[in-house]
Amino acid sequence: MRYAETGFNLEIDLSRGNIERVQTDPRLTELYLGGLGTNAKLLWDRVPPEVEPFSPENLLIFSAGLLCGTPATGCNRTIVSTISPQTRLMAFSMMGGFWAPELKYAGYDKVILRGKSPDLVYLWIHNDKVELRDASHLRGKGAGETAELIRKELKEPNAQVAAIGMAGENRVYFASIEQGRSSASRGGIGAVMGDKGLKAIAVRGTKDVNVARPAEFMELCREVLSYIKFRNENPVEGVMAILTGLGSPQEMAVHDEKWHTENFMWGNSRVRRKDFWNDDVKRKWSETLDSARTRLISCYNCPMKCGATLSLPGLPTYMMKCFSKLTYTMAAMSDLEFGLRIAQRATEYGVDGFSAPQVMAFALELYEAGILTDQDMAGMPAGNEERFYWLLDRIVRREGIGDVLANGTYWAAKQIGKGAGAFAHNNIKKHEQLPLKLSMLNPIYFLMYATGEKINITQIEGQFPQAPFPTLEEREAFVKDWFQVPDDKFKQYFLDWELRGEKSMPFYPTVQMCCDIVDWQEKMHYIDDALGMCAGLSSFPLKPPYHIHNYPKFISAGAGIDMDEAKLTQAAKRYRTLVRAINIRRGMRRKDDKPPENHWKKRFPELEKELLDTYYKFKGWNNDGIPTRESLHELGLDDVGDDFLKRGILTDNAECSAQGASTQPEKK
Amino acid sequence: MGEKTKKKVKTIKVDVDKCNGCRACEMICSAFHSVPKYSGNNPARSRIRVIREPLKDIYVPVYAGENAKAECMGRDKYVIDGKEYEECAFCRASCPSRDIFKEPDSGLPLKCDMCESDPTLEKPLCVQWCMVDALTYEEREEEVEEDVKLDDVETGLDSLVAKHGLQKVLDTFARMSQKGAEQPGEK
Repeated sequence: MRYAETGFNLEIDLSRGNIERVQTDPRLTELYLGGLGTNAKLLWDRVPPEVEPFSPENLLIFSAGLLCGTPATGCNRTIVSTISPQTRLMAFSMMGGFWAPELKYAGYDKVILRGKSPDLVYLWIHNDKVELRDASHLRGKGAGETAELIRKELKEPNAQVAAIGMAGENRVYFASIEQGRSSASRGGIGAVMGDKGLKAIAVRGTKDVNVARPAEFMELCREVLSYIKFRNENPVEGVMAILTGLGSPQEMAVHDEKWHTENFMWGNSRVRRKDFWNDDVKRKWSETLDSARTRLISCYNCPMKCGATLSLPGLPTYMMKCFSKLTYTMAAMSDLEFGLRIAQRATEYGVDGFSAPQVMAFALELYEAGILTDQDMAGMPAGNEERFYWLLDRIVRREGIGDVLANGTYWAAKQIGKGAGAFAHNNIKKHEQLPLKLSMLNPIYFLMYATGEKINITQIEGQFPQAPFPTLEEREAFVKDWFQVPDDKFKQYFLDWELRGEKSMPFYPTVQMCCDIVDWQEKMHYIDDALGMCAGLSSFPLKPPYHIHNYPKFISAGAGIDMDEAKLTQAAKRYRTLVRAINIRRGMRRKDDKPPENHWKKRFPELEKELLDTYYKFKGWNNDGIPTRESLHELGLDDVGDDFLKRGILTDNAECSAQGASTQPEKK
Repeated sequence: MGEKTKKKVKTIKVDVDKCNGCRACEMICSAFHSVPKYSGNNPARSRIRVIREPLKDIYVPVYAGENAKAECMGRDKYVIDGKEYEECAFCRASCPSRDIFKEPDSGLPLKCDMCESDPTLEKPLCVQWCMVDALTYEEREEEVEEDVKLDDVETGLDSLVAKHGLQKVLDTFARMSQKGAEQPGEK
């Protein structure tokens, strides 16, 4: 009997309409856990680097995490993996909500899609009954609208639906997959779904998910619940308000946006408005949020209320979470009312709430600079806000200039030419980032930005405070009950970290310490993504209820796999390295491991070089960022080493990589 | 009149305004009632269900009550604060008109037992796991008159006698007693 996981995947060939239920190998669960881990294994084994993102050979994998569907609080994430049309690397995107547990209750751990359907279809999974159904009547429908229509036509109000909107259908490079209050948005995975001719996956399950040692597992769950309660009653002191508690940043609950509006950049990640927040703005924005918000809502089996239902006059109700609240507002230099209104349309279209506003602000900057002309923008209205709606409509339909912008700022700039590249200034690995521009290099963040292959800072940062605390007393108070650290040395790093003087940034934490800190933070994210745990209860906030000390117990008691901290660390390292290997095989190298040029004003090239050199070594990668044969061997990934050798990515001398490795040809 | 006795009334107060729609109650209910305890998880087996319509802002946690063998002759629709609730939204019955409160494999009806167990729990588990206080537990004692029910029976018998005659009722009663202590309706 399999515990926590179901032991079955669905393999769907959309070209032929073939559906198979395939038993999985339990040994792979021990090595790769599940979710992201086993997704990476599938992509490595089955999607060679020659496969284009929009090739039928590309896989689109929807995976529940290993512990989804068990009583583990907050474990509800779906991990969607494919090759991104935008970065042309492995795409990471996850969504909370209700979909993953439902898939487990239907009896499956993953849905693996390949091929392309000749007609638009949707997949209906109802326990053992799985079918592809015509979706031609859903073409052009909004993502939320589609979910409602499908539930109605199936007469299954309890079905959970993940769907794309028009952006996905038209292969917009930053199209999302939407699921009610949640979405898997980053990396353009919605475009791959659209390319495969798949409008939605609806799932309903009424089977059991079993755990191996129930009494033990429940005791662990109880401990987590009571710690959540403790943390809710005892916010962390000494950090900004949104970092004090658990969950995603509580954007739907808070009114005070001083920190975001005055520290994040407006427009095309350009303008910092240091005196923006005042009583008048606060009053207006509070009114807007209060009148729009009908309820704070949660994902499956989680007490944190990170999402909200929003109803604005004249618009259909929709759901939102986290920072999409402000991205449109700030890109358009407008107010919250505008931001919440356009987000409704954007959510139905199914676009990434980080990339889409930035792409539109980028277009308007190019227009102001005369690089995009009146001819390019024919038909564009005069008003600023109207322009954003107009651009959004063009992009998701790929009409006119929208067809270019739909490829994101990096590729659009290439196509436009005339110096447009300088305006696509906020990307890492061709992917739009949070609009942040800071002054002094933070060495920890430098490493995270440069090497985080989820290409999104929120998907690697977390456990370690973002900045030192001013006084020793405050630092001592912070470390007192900091039991989540994997090793007590982290407490010392933090105790010694000062705002000014010898032990301050950028030279403290030291290079070695930075490696430790970044590796720990990243490891926790990778474990979450294999187990299906929400980062908001684990890798993202300070002092979370899930950590490296209780995770092995959860896996042992839940999945019945013998697990300890060393073995879990090794497993996470294994699939983290495999993700690196997939991207290396697709041409990614050291030259790509860098934050946006203007992310910090004060840079330290020598220190940055040392940071990367040391971190690569620490990770078992050579100086070009390629995992060495020794480190691959140690992780049981000899087949990866052999492949690297065969392809000339590594030579027999493990420290060298072959000259001018085959970088991905850039698409015209 | 008979003597007065004390009866414990267990109540779960459901505050729909506080519900965050997370379904932890469904999850833990199904875990608690699985055999062995907590070994399996399946909200479809839960004796509490959250009737959810997120876009209409409707969240109603409902507990499984009695099994009804037949559908209601008519249906009710409630509109509260401008929100129209679906037919049967507040009904606790497992009945032929819907598939909730039935074991998904056998179709047998489910019923909330307030997590009766040995040792007794302080509160039902759904309440313990509802961290947003949409579900709270209350206990109170009520005085009840034991033989009020006898009067009910007499009223019922009266009407049977009126309809069928005393002899027929007596014969039927004698025959039922001979068959043993089977309760009507148990078969």
